[in-house]
Amino acid sequence: MENHTDIAIVGGGLNGPILGLALASAGFSVTILDALPVEAQAQPDFDGRSYAIALGSQNLLRAVELWDGLAADAQPINDIVVADGRAGLGASPHHVHFDHREMEEGPFGAMIEDRHLRAALIAAVADNPRITMRAPARVVAQETGAQGAVLTLQDGEELRCKLIVGCDGRRSGTAQRAGIRRMETDYGQTSLVCALEHDLPHDGIAHQMFFAEGPLAILPLRGNRVSIVWTESRDRAEAIQAMGDAEYLAALAPRFGDFLGEIRLTGARYAYPLGLSLAEHWTARRVVLVGDAAHGIHPLAGQGLNLGLRDVAALAEVLADSKRRGEDWTRGPVLQRYAQWRRFDTAGLALATDGLNRLFSNDNPLLRGLRDLGLGAVNAAGPVRRTFMREAAGLGGDLPRLMRGRPL
Amino acid sequence: MPAQTSVNDGEIAKFQAMADEWWDEEGKFKPLHMLNPTRLDYITRQIAAEFGRDLTAELPFAGLRILDIGCGGGLLSEPMARLGATVVGADAAERNLPVARLHAEQSGLTIDYRHTTAEAMAADGEQFDAVLNMEVVEHVEDPASFLTTCHDLLKPGGLMVCSTLNRNPKSFLFAIIGAEHIMRWLPVGTHEHSKFITPDELFELLRGAGMDPVDRTGFKFNFARWDWSLDARDLGVNYVTASVKPA
Repeated sequence: MENHTDIAIVGGGLNGPILGLALASAGFSVTILDALPVEAQAQPDFDGRSYAIALGSQNLLRAVELWDGLAADAQPINDIVVADGRAGLGASPHHVHFDHREMEEGPFGAMIEDRHLRAALIAAVADNPRITMRAPARVVAQETGAQGAVLTLQDGEELRCKLIVGCDGRRSGTAQRAGIRRMETDYGQTSLVCALEHDLPHDGIAHQMFFAEGPLAILPLRGNRVSIVWTESRDRAEAIQAMGDAEYLAALAPRFGDFLGEIRLTGARYAYPLGLSLAEHWTARRVVLVGDAAHGIHPLAGQGLNLGLRDVAALAEVLADSKRRGEDWTRGPVLQRYAQWRRFDTAGLALATDGLNRLFSNDNPLLRGLRDLGLGAVNAAGPVRRTFMREAAGLGGDLPRLMRGRPL
Repeated sequence: MPAQTSVNDGEIAKFQAMADEWWDEEGKFKPLHMLNPTRLDYITRQIAAEFGRDLTAELPFAGLRILDIGCGGGLLSEPMARLGATVVGADAAERNLPVARLHAEQSGLTIDYRHTTAEAMAADGEQFDAVLNMEVVEHVEDPASFLTTCHDLLKPGGLMVCSTLNRNPKSFLFAIIGAEHIMRWLPVGTHEHSKFITPDELFELLRGAGMDPVDRTGFKFNFARWDWSLDARDLGVNYVTASVKPA
């Protein structure tokens, strides 16, 4: 029987369409399915959501011809300041200042608003002759066999393909239907996310402050606006999220300090419970998991999307290479190359961000002293600092070609 | 597919078991499967370069006639066919052929597998755009005469990809002691070290056979990554060459 498409991507958020564009450029035909209608995603107004796009991820977006359209709306992250914070006292004098002028590649990355990224993705996917977008389309069953895979949609329609890619998040239905179990850890913390307007310019500096209750990240957007990721214990975060805007800002003030002058809310407020969600396997017969479907990690340092995009770039490279060699690229050993490549990197970052968060979310004076010493030492040592910087810019490790600015 | 209907069910079950064995990446032919992506990278790039083909295109090798000498279960023949080439797989071991045919059919590929030798095909006047001569030359009695036969099997301007094992203390250690005795990747006695050929000797043999050698590269095993890669500077153990028959 003829296949409808080479690869069915389940999940039309961010990873799914970007993977679709990369695969289409390597000659695969792709169908992207999402349960929500496309219009529901395309909101022209600013809703407060934004992403830190590391340099490596920027290279990927450039390779799939999205970056040029986004650059005008992107805010470069020139510097990153990491500090140990004390409630009511602002940042400690012991901090690390990462200045992009120390790194030849330039700024660490850029902040992109969700509305701009989604609009660019929707347009690029619609324009691509190798990609079919099916939304709303809910997958209710999947079957895989020696000759191919079949997805059954809610309306009873069947879609035949050679490979299913699950880009459907931490509660991945693709993983569930493939019988892949998950390991979940709840951190008992919730991240509050919103955007603020402020009076004084931010100079493109990103701040990461560590408090006993959890970290606060302040990320620069275009104009006098920043996006914040403000992490508190679950109870306190829920209480803050329930407050009115004025009370919310009053609760934030002691953490945030006054270095940007007066602050006001702009766009909506979001709350994300934190936890680690790891899939037991990254692949099954004719099934591959990408992004949060494989590994939902603590969103510290904004690495979640960047990590997902590394999956995207690695999977596109493995499949494109395999196809060019004339291999049957749907076979388990080919899919395993992707899983092995990515599993190590992800486990490393999940453990590192988890460890960092545990170390910093603690008011033990001994640990605080060690932290200050450690941060001071990193700040003093140029080579160590530059290693951290390349890691933050997404340029460390065994990078896929697309993230190194090279063609697929 | 020729000559496949005359075998009985018991034979088919046996061939199926052998096909499963040939194509089991964790089985008896694991070492070959591990090397295969790297071999294919080299072969596909050389063919694409020689014939001006774009590997990102659909069926980039369409119109090319390729001979796979010592095709075994079809580990190289199938990828060539999948890229659009017209493939003849030749093997002197008769038992491999029904196995390769069965697997190709299950993969939906058309490949002309033949129980024959390079010499017999040359005598019949067969000619190809490319000849794959991978890990064969170290097993033949008379490499010079064998390579001359391969030359005759090429059309003018045709490409031969030929890989073998270098002869030096390192290759003795890795290919004989390591691969056969320690790792048991290959049955003991698979290789005779004295029949290994240095890259310079192979280039001389190729020239003597009327070929123009154009490239040589190492297949290097990386122990940290447990994986093979191409390395133009390390031809110490496994290596591969490309040569062209003058037009």
